[in-house]
Amino acid sequence: MTVTQTPSIRSYAEQGGRAGEAIAAIVKRSMIRVRRMPSAFVPSLVMPVFQLIAFSGAFGFAVTRLGIPNALDWYVPLNAIQGASFGALGVSFALINDMQTGFFDRMRMAPTRRWVMVASPLAAAIVRSAIPVTIVILVGFLGGMNVPGGVLAILCVIIASIAIGLSAAGFALGLTFRMRNIGAATLTQFAIFFTIFLSTSQVPLAAMAGWLRSVARVNPMTNVLRFARQGFLGDVTWENSWGGLIAMAAMLVLSLIFAMSGIKSYEK
Amino acid sequence: MSIPLVVHSLALTKRSVRGRMRQPAVLAPSFIFPLFFAALGSASFNQLAQDPYFRDNIASSFLNYAVAGAILQGVLFASTSAAGDLATDIEQGFFERLLASPVARTSIVLGRLAGSMVVGIVQVSIFLTIFAIAGARVESGPIGILGLIIGSALLGLAMSALMAGIAIKSGSPEVVQGAFPLVFVLMFLSSAFFPRHYMSGWYRTVADWNPMSHIVEGMQSFVNKDLQASQFLRAWLIPLGIAVIAIAFALRTLSKRLAAS
Repeated sequence: MTVTQTPSIRSYAEQGGRAGEAIAAIVKRSMIRVRRMPSAFVPSLVMPVFQLIAFSGAFGFAVTRLGIPNALDWYVPLNAIQGASFGALGVSFALINDMQTGFFDRMRMAPTRRWVMVASPLAAAIVRSAIPVTIVILVGFLGGMNVPGGVLAILCVIIASIAIGLSAAGFALGLTFRMRNIGAATLTQFAIFFTIFLSTSQVPLAAMAGWLRSVARVNPMTNVLRFARQGFLGDVTWENSWGGLIAMAAMLVLSLIFAMSGIKSYEK
Repeated sequence: MSIPLVVHSLALTKRSVRGRMRQPAVLAPSFIFPLFFAALGSASFNQLAQDPYFRDNIASSFLNYAVAGAILQGVLFASTSAAGDLATDIEQGFFERLLASPVARTSIVLGRLAGSMVVGIVQVSIFLTIFAIAGARVESGPIGILGLIIGSALLGLAMSALMAGIAIKSGSPEVVQGAFPLVFVLMFLSSAFFPRHYMSGWYRTVADWNPMSHIVEGMQSFVNKDLQASQFLRAWLIPLGIAVIAIAFALRTLSKRLAAS
């Protein structure tokens, strides 16, 4: 006689605990790789900071003439988000490396749930991106950026950075599972680059002309940037938040579906 | 210059150009990114063109201003990837096979540099056609267009010689690619994307001293002003000066490598 036993709350908790341990182990492995191969990580650290300096130095006039007191108020949220999205490239490169060395197949054979194999690199991407995001915000403070929104302003930037970092990493994973080569990282880079720059990345919507204005208006990244920037340009309000929150939630859900369906297509 | 050197350089130039054309995926970024940035800049900053100073002293539109920056960016991208090919030759052993053959040693470098210049000329011609379709005008006329193309070829020569020196010294494509951010920094800390007049503080000081600012402004002047001697001085002589030093550096690293092998 076969007895079907309903899993108890305790067994679910145990499974969750094991998944948590697996995720923590993979995050730790990712950080060890950062320490062992700093040359692969340093560009993702340096580029957002350099772009912050370059954009505020070169394009500062175009922003300040529109009434924004300090160009850093406009560019710090952009470069923090960009810094977080660079973590996605790290995820893609690491996964390709694991596929080539056979480590990924060994993980697949281990008694690990599939969602853990997606959640682990996502968690690693967030931990990695915390460093460039923090440095960009610190450089902003050193450069004298204004934060009229106070702590909420910083919170908005952190939320936007995490959401975009996760969405970009999810997209990178989905693409890498399907393509299984370095081309996935290149395509991810292109996708992030165009999504960010075809929005209000450089100047406000009001200053744009022609085709860019039309594209930026429908690009969800414009809403995300409005959400992230609001506390640096004034108070944090619901009016400036809801559009960004919906955009981030939609991008996050779509990228997670893309990543999970990617691992299934890899196994086929 | 001896006849074998010319013949071998020509053969290696042909190989270099063919190699570039056979790798569209490597060549594409040097077309896509500069044109994208120019389109982005002209749509983002076109309101600046309503500023009287900009209109009277810099350009009639931001698109016209962006032409030279896009050319500079494209040439720098292409030069770096050409030097990357040289490093790949060293890494994969083709360089050693060349040394084992009776090829003139200097032609190994000269062939690459000439190949870069040819690709640069083709690239600038394509850029100018695209910009003309988009509505940009070269105010200095056909001589200005020629001046712009020659200036770009000289800049391509200078940057690929510099990168070729690094490629020969390291023998690693990764090192060449790793050196590109330095070029990127030089480009951003110049007036390639935005006029120096509107910069301030230390950023303006760096842009004032950056030779890239003066090269790109010479090129911008071909696009936005009538013919003047200063355009040739800035867009031709500065890259030529850098090219002489960079070629000497590349040849010196080559002779050191030959002595070591």
